[in-house]
This record gives sequence, structure tokens and C-alpha cells, in this order.
Amino acid sequence: MTRVHDMGGRFGDGPVVPEAEDAPVFAEDWHARALAVTLACGALGQWNIDTSRHARERLSPKDYARFSYYEKWISALADLLVEKGVLTREDLEGKGAAGLHELAERALKAENVAGALAKGGPADRDGGPAPRFSPGQAVRARMPADNALVDGGHTRLPQYAAGARGYILRLHGTHVFPDSSAHGLGEAPEPLYAVRFFARELWAHPEHPEDEVVLDLWQSYLEPL
Amino acid sequence: MPHDHHDHPHALLPPDPALRVKALETILVQKGLIDPAALEEIIDTYQNKIGPQNGARVVARAWSDPEFKAALLADADPVLAELGYYGRQGEHMVVVENTAQQHNMVVCTLCSCYPWPLLGIPPGWYKSDAYRARAVREPRRVLAEFGVTLPEGCAVRVWDSTAEVRYLVLPVRPGGTEGLSEEELAALVTRDSMIGTGLARQPGEAGA
Repeated sequence: MTRVHDMGGRFGDGPVVPEAEDAPVFAEDWHARALAVTLACGALGQWNIDTSRHARERLSPKDYARFSYYEKWISALADLLVEKGVLTREDLEGKGAAGLHELAERALKAENVAGALAKGGPADRDGGPAPRFSPGQAVRARMPADNALVDGGHTRLPQYAAGARGYILRLHGTHVFPDSSAHGLGEAPEPLYAVRFFARELWAHPEHPEDEVVLDLWQSYLEPL
Repeated sequence: MPHDHHDHPHALLPPDPALRVKALETILVQKGLIDPAALEEIIDTYQNKIGPQNGARVVARAWSDPEFKAALLADADPVLAELGYYGRQGEHMVVVENTAQQHNMVVCTLCSCYPWPLLGIPPGWYKSDAYRARAVREPRRVLAEFGVTLPEGCAVRVWDSTAEVRYLVLPVRPGGTEGLSEEELAALVTRDSMIGTGLARQPGEAGA
């Protein structure tokens, strides 16, 4: 079974409301601060991008639905800081120990921000299993879409594609496998493919017979056809 | 185990979101875990330095230089790295070209993946439930909400960014732009046209 964040194809959300091209990058000051605090905490090195995505996905469905975007970020960050032992529940209540934290020496300094953002965090790796599929080949996305390693775990196979037939479009290389990486089970890199699916394969009432959706899917999400 | 929390620690912080951010920031600063000057630097970077103007320069160059365009479409990463447009959330770029036969459009149904070094921080609608839910199932209705109607016979290909690969749409070059400089062309390239929810502006159009 999936989680609340996996909303591709869902009905009932109403119109998309476009914004002016020159609208402010951050609608509120606290949005900017939520983003900056989250990025700065990531630099402490206590988790990876898959862990932090999963922390947002694990907000309760009620919180996920009622929180605005950056509320999800800051709330999931607080949860993650406690889960990873960086902060205590007492710290969040303002009753924690005073003084510098043992990780303080790892804090991101202003002069290192540009370098850290420019360096990024590439996900491609050497090694891993050999590619099993080649461009043009027909494949089927795994069903169910659940994480195969961890019950209720993080996965990047959306529910709407589970069991659908698609065609390999391109091989991106060998990338860190989020289903493993999010849970401290190692990077377990696998070949990653762009896979195209006809909309008519995914939806009962596609808008156009030739429309397609392309998803980036790891090798173990796919079966040959 | 995924460690579902039934008593989420975030509930210990103030419920108002602005106060919640402030409270957590204060705790982290007191412990030396975050540097306020670093926060200012991060905000300044995404508010003022990195944004869709980067992507627009790439598109304008691709419209002007066939060799550059061919290299960009074949393997974007080295081309973009040379221009200095490499970095967080843009480590693995693929550029997809719109044509009269195919319109490309980008979404992240699972979260909000977006090519930061080229487009900056995503707009609110890109992160909205409505866009994430509907772009894959009814892209044409979503496009209509952006005022875009595709020509007859043009198929839509929606890219759902489910991995660390980020997609940039190369919009169709507007007609009547022969002889324009790269700088003049870049002014026609909107953020939405590089996500695929818009088209490039026509010369003389508002905002161009």
C-alpha cells in the first residue's frame, strides 16, 4: 500500500493556479528560512536525500494534507533531528541542555555555502549489477509498488505505474537505490532507466491516444515482457 | 523499519508555521548546529543568484547555435557544467526538445524535484497537490489552465521526475525571431516554457 505523497493521477484536487513569472521566489520570509534551515541541517551529514524525503512522506496523512509545503519541510526536519539523535524531545520543548552540540564543528559556514551548493550530491555510482534492459525493450513495472526491502518503506515507484507495460527509452547510468538508501541499508546502486508508458496504459480515460508519461525507474522495479 | 511516529516530535514545536521555523532555528543556532550567516547566504543564492534566467540563457544559446543544441540534447551534463550550471538538484540533467509533433512537460508526482541550477526554486503551483496529481493524468486540461492549447496532432510526453535526473524543456523558438541576439532571445524564454506548462513569448508580447 502506498502513502499520501504518492498522488499522481489522483482525482479531486481542482484547478492548478499559475503564478506570475516575476512572483517572489519565497512568498513568505519563513518559507526562505525553512528551506535554508533544512539545507544547513543536511550539511551535518546525519542523513541523505532519500532519508529526508521519507521523513516528509511519513508525516501522518492528516498532517501531510493540511500542512503547506514548507510546513512539511520544517516538521519533517524536526522529526528527523530527533529520530537521528541530533536533538532530543526536551530540546524541542526548550528544556534541553545548554551549550554547543558535539556536531557543531560540522555546521555549514557561510563561506562554504556556494561551494557546497555548486558541488551538489551526484547519485551515479560505479559498479552495481549490469544493465538488464536495452532501449526499445518492453517491460512491466512491478506490482504492487511497495518497497520490497522494508515494509512501508520509501520507494520511487509511483502507484499509478504499478503493473503497467512500458518501453525502455534510455539508460541513465547506475544510481543509488532509494528503497535501500533511505533506510540505512546501503546505496545498493542499480541501473536506472527512463521508461515511457502510453497514457492509455495508465488511465481508463486518456486525453489522447498518443500521449505518454515517462518515469525514471530502477532495474529492480522492472520485469521483462 | 520505517519508524512511523505516532507522536511526531514536530508537535512539540509551536503550531504556527512561521513560529515553528523560528523556534527550530533558534534551538539549532544556540547549539551551534547552524550558522545564521550561512542561512542568509543560502537564501540570497536562491532569491537573487540562481533562477530561470540561467535556463533562459541555455535555451537562447540552443536556439542560436545548432552545434551547442546537438551537444545539449545528446549529453547535457558536460555542456551545462562548462557554463557553470551544475550543482545541487541539477547533478544529472536531461534536456528534452519540444517540436510540432511532441510537447514535453515536467512534474514530480512524489515530491517537488526540479532543476535548481537552471530554474531556481520551483513556483508554488509546481509543488501543489493539484499539479502533482493531475499533470500525469490530464496534462492537456492542466495546460489549458495555463492558457496553452496544443496544435492538432501534437502528442504530450509528461516526464515524472522520480529519480535524481532533472529535466529541462527546450521550448519551440517563436517565429519572427530571426536575427535576434541571444540576449534578446533569452528575454522570450519564460520559466513555465522550460517546465512545459507554457510556450516561449512572441517578440513584442507583454513581458518580452
